[in-house]
Amino acid sequence: MATLDINGATHEVDVAPDTPLLWVLRDHLQMTGTKFGCGKAQCGACTVYINGSPARSCIMPVAAVQSAEITTIEGLAGNAAEAVRSAWTELDVPQCGYCQSGQVMAAAALLESNPAPSDADIDQAMSGNICRCATYVRIRAAIHQAANDLRSAGDA
Amino acid sequence: MRRLERQLAETSQPHLGRRRFIAATATVAGGLMVGFRATSSAAQDEAAGAQASAPNPFEAYIQIDSEHRVTVLSAHMEGGQGIYAGLATLVAEELDADWSQMQATGASGNIALYGNMAMGGAFQLTGGSTAMSSSWQRYRQAGALARALLVSAAAESWGVPASEISVEKGVLAHASGKTGQFGEFVAAAAALPVPAKVKLKDAGQWTYIGNEDLRRPDTARKTRGEQDYTIDVLLPDMLTAVLKRAPRFGATAKSYDADPIMAMPGVVKVVATPRGVAVVAKSYWEALKARDALEVEWDESAAETRSTAGLMEGYRTEADDGSGVLVHTVGDAAGALDDAAEVVSADFEFPYLAHAAMEPLNAVGRLQDGEFEIWAGHQMPDYYQATAAQILGIAPDKVKLHVMMTGGFFGRRATPDADVIVETASIVKAMGEGVAVRVQWSREDDMTGGRYRPMYFHRVSAALDGAGKLSAWRHHIVGQSILKGTVFESALMADGVDSTSVEGVDNMPYAIPNQSVSLSTTDVGIPVLWWRSVGHTHTAYAVETMIDDLARKAGRDAVDFRRDMLRDFPRHLGVLELAAEKAGWSNAPPEGIHRGVALHASFGTYVAEVAEVSVKDDGSWKVERVVCAVDCGTAVNPDVIRAQMEGGIGFALAGIVHGEITLTDGVVDQDNYDSYKVLRINEMPSVEVHIVNSAEAPTGVGEPGVPPLGPAVANALLSATGERKRVLPLGTRV
Repeated sequence: MATLDINGATHEVDVAPDTPLLWVLRDHLQMTGTKFGCGKAQCGACTVYINGSPARSCIMPVAAVQSAEITTIEGLAGNAAEAVRSAWTELDVPQCGYCQSGQVMAAAALLESNPAPSDADIDQAMSGNICRCATYVRIRAAIHQAANDLRSAGDA
Repeated sequence: MRRLERQLAETSQPHLGRRRFIAATATVAGGLMVGFRATSSAAQDEAAGAQASAPNPFEAYIQIDSEHRVTVLSAHMEGGQGIYAGLATLVAEELDADWSQMQATGASGNIALYGNMAMGGAFQLTGGSTAMSSSWQRYRQAGALARALLVSAAAESWGVPASEISVEKGVLAHASGKTGQFGEFVAAAAALPVPAKVKLKDAGQWTYIGNEDLRRPDTARKTRGEQDYTIDVLLPDMLTAVLKRAPRFGATAKSYDADPIMAMPGVVKVVATPRGVAVVAKSYWEALKARDALEVEWDESAAETRSTAGLMEGYRTEADDGSGVLVHTVGDAAGALDDAAEVVSADFEFPYLAHAAMEPLNAVGRLQDGEFEIWAGHQMPDYYQATAAQILGIAPDKVKLHVMMTGGFFGRRATPDADVIVETASIVKAMGEGVAVRVQWSREDDMTGGRYRPMYFHRVSAALDGAGKLSAWRHHIVGQSILKGTVFESALMADGVDSTSVEGVDNMPYAIPNQSVSLSTTDVGIPVLWWRSVGHTHTAYAVETMIDDLARKAGRDAVDFRRDMLRDFPRHLGVLELAAEKAGWSNAPPEGIHRGVALHASFGTYVAEVAEVSVKDDGSWKVERVVCAVDCGTAVNPDVIRAQMEGGIGFALAGIVHGEITLTDGVVDQDNYDSYKVLRINEMPSVEVHIVNSAEAPTGVGEPGVPPLGPAVANALLSATGERKRVLPLGTRV
């Protein structure tokens, strides 16, 4: 039995301790916004926050996150997250959209730590998130736009 | 193309004179859903004095609910290419809906309604970049028909003439001050006879078609993890199956020991299928662990055990022999080569490529009360329906397909052996009635599971005459056929030639007086498939790098050289000129930047791309910028077209820089994104897309952005280094 703090709520799940957090979310808690892409921390589709930092839930044993605060795409909130979502929608970033939960999580985390990222900053923060549709041109543009929107809101 | 245009013409006014009735159908949770479902029964047609004929093309394209939401039932699967937005645009245009009330979902189960018109209408298929051309007429007509019926219903309700009612952004209005929305009238509208005539808008009246500001209906959901894909289908007490597959293609399971596996946590059953041994468990992780522990003895007597390196040597030998089937011939290529002033000869090697879509292959199935439901990315629904029915021993109409939004496909969900469908139906059959099963491939299953873009060898010789004009082209391609041995072979292959092996080289636009194209089809046990732009993925590279080499040999500018040979091909020429102009081709590139250009038409769409490349002292190189010009006829959704060019460029770049599946003694060497690299954001160039203004009928955009990118980049690299690369992938260092 594992006890998890996910998006501010406590969940108890009866799973083997080596079960990756990804599959606890998806198979046991029916929280399917976090996606399975590679199972090997290669693609970033499964990105969640562990204590506020992006992490790959596909290789994170549930036993290792019992005392952590876990945030998933369903619980992602705040100014940076909403600025990212708005920019994503205005620029129509997603194509198939399958990787985009992870992209949005990674982009929001970047803006939380760096309110004015350069292209190089974006490349560094986002290069762990594969988009096979190659929506990268728009991801980059949308992060810049979200950063601008956040700064404008801050100035107002 | 001619066939496509004829079919579009034939479907432009389909049987509007027939009397039809539309009935309200289908209530679903959350409100009354009314389907515009025409019932063209013989009795009704006879009563009206009309002749019963082909199924009604207007059946079931549009649903409107009590909240005024308009749901377009798409004949084509959505997997990122934007067809849901595309078809919603066509319907919204004629319906005069508000864009915010539009959405779309996958449909299947009626070939008469959803058959692919660009492929003759006889089966439903998403592929070949045909969705928009296939559905351009029928979805606009459905929208116009729906509008006319809603207006009639409002006219009856308000007691005013229909001609006095206007519709704008989803609101019906009359000068008397009466207004209403679609959902208020849809039940009445659905019970009215369908008008005999409906006029589509002229291009000048369009407000949505060609509108730059439309955004996709599903984007917001995708930023919140709320879009459901096959992997997200949740059924009560659903089990998960993971298969143990043979390490070599063609091997079969001889024996396995299920007992120790059955004792593992969560395991419910071990099932032998024609495609491997399935472990069925309560969750994916439990199934995966048990699958990894399962020991299977394989019969490899029919397995493919060769390595790709040896196979490629064999392909080269085949080219040395010079045999093969003559596919295309103009004039006397051999004679012209003998007489030539200059000859350029080259060999090309193209590796196997995996699709590597983000959502690994999967399907969810359940047999209940004799009916089998299956949720998946159905690129070929009818075929999968028939396949599942056969396995389960039920009638095809007892198989209900749910066409899911799919996490990328690039061709991978249209498999002639119906791989994941066969697995799901086989496992569900073994589990029995009432048990829902999700079959989920791991990334490793997906990457090592075959169905690759075939490996090819090309040998090309081309000649310049004394005046520096391209006088001869001899081209021999060696590789596997995608169609051979499949259900499509008899219909789509002629004289042993698979057109997908040679497309793009047997129909070059350039005015070359002597041409010879031949094909050697190889017999290899590695399963292959169409991969975004299919044959054009390799033919465009060979042709457009050769053209560049010939231009250099002739001392000509790469654009000028092509321009001279395209006098009879204005649309090719149009994109070439536009890309060159927008890239500033006539000016020298910035310091440290090297340019290359390529041009290729595929699937009825014309694309030219100029690539700008930088090379560092350490030999690493990067594509900095790509300028793309596209002519896809009428630009229905300019922003989607732009997105498909951007994405096609990134997808193609991944393939030419990194893409390579190799086999050692029949075992695939790459199994995840660490060994089979795809493009990441730090490798993505800036992309500018320019769309040719055109009034021609729309053509597809999912694939045509891919082919020119490889040769444009290779031509830029040649400018940078002086070295021509003809063995792919190019790698990250020059």
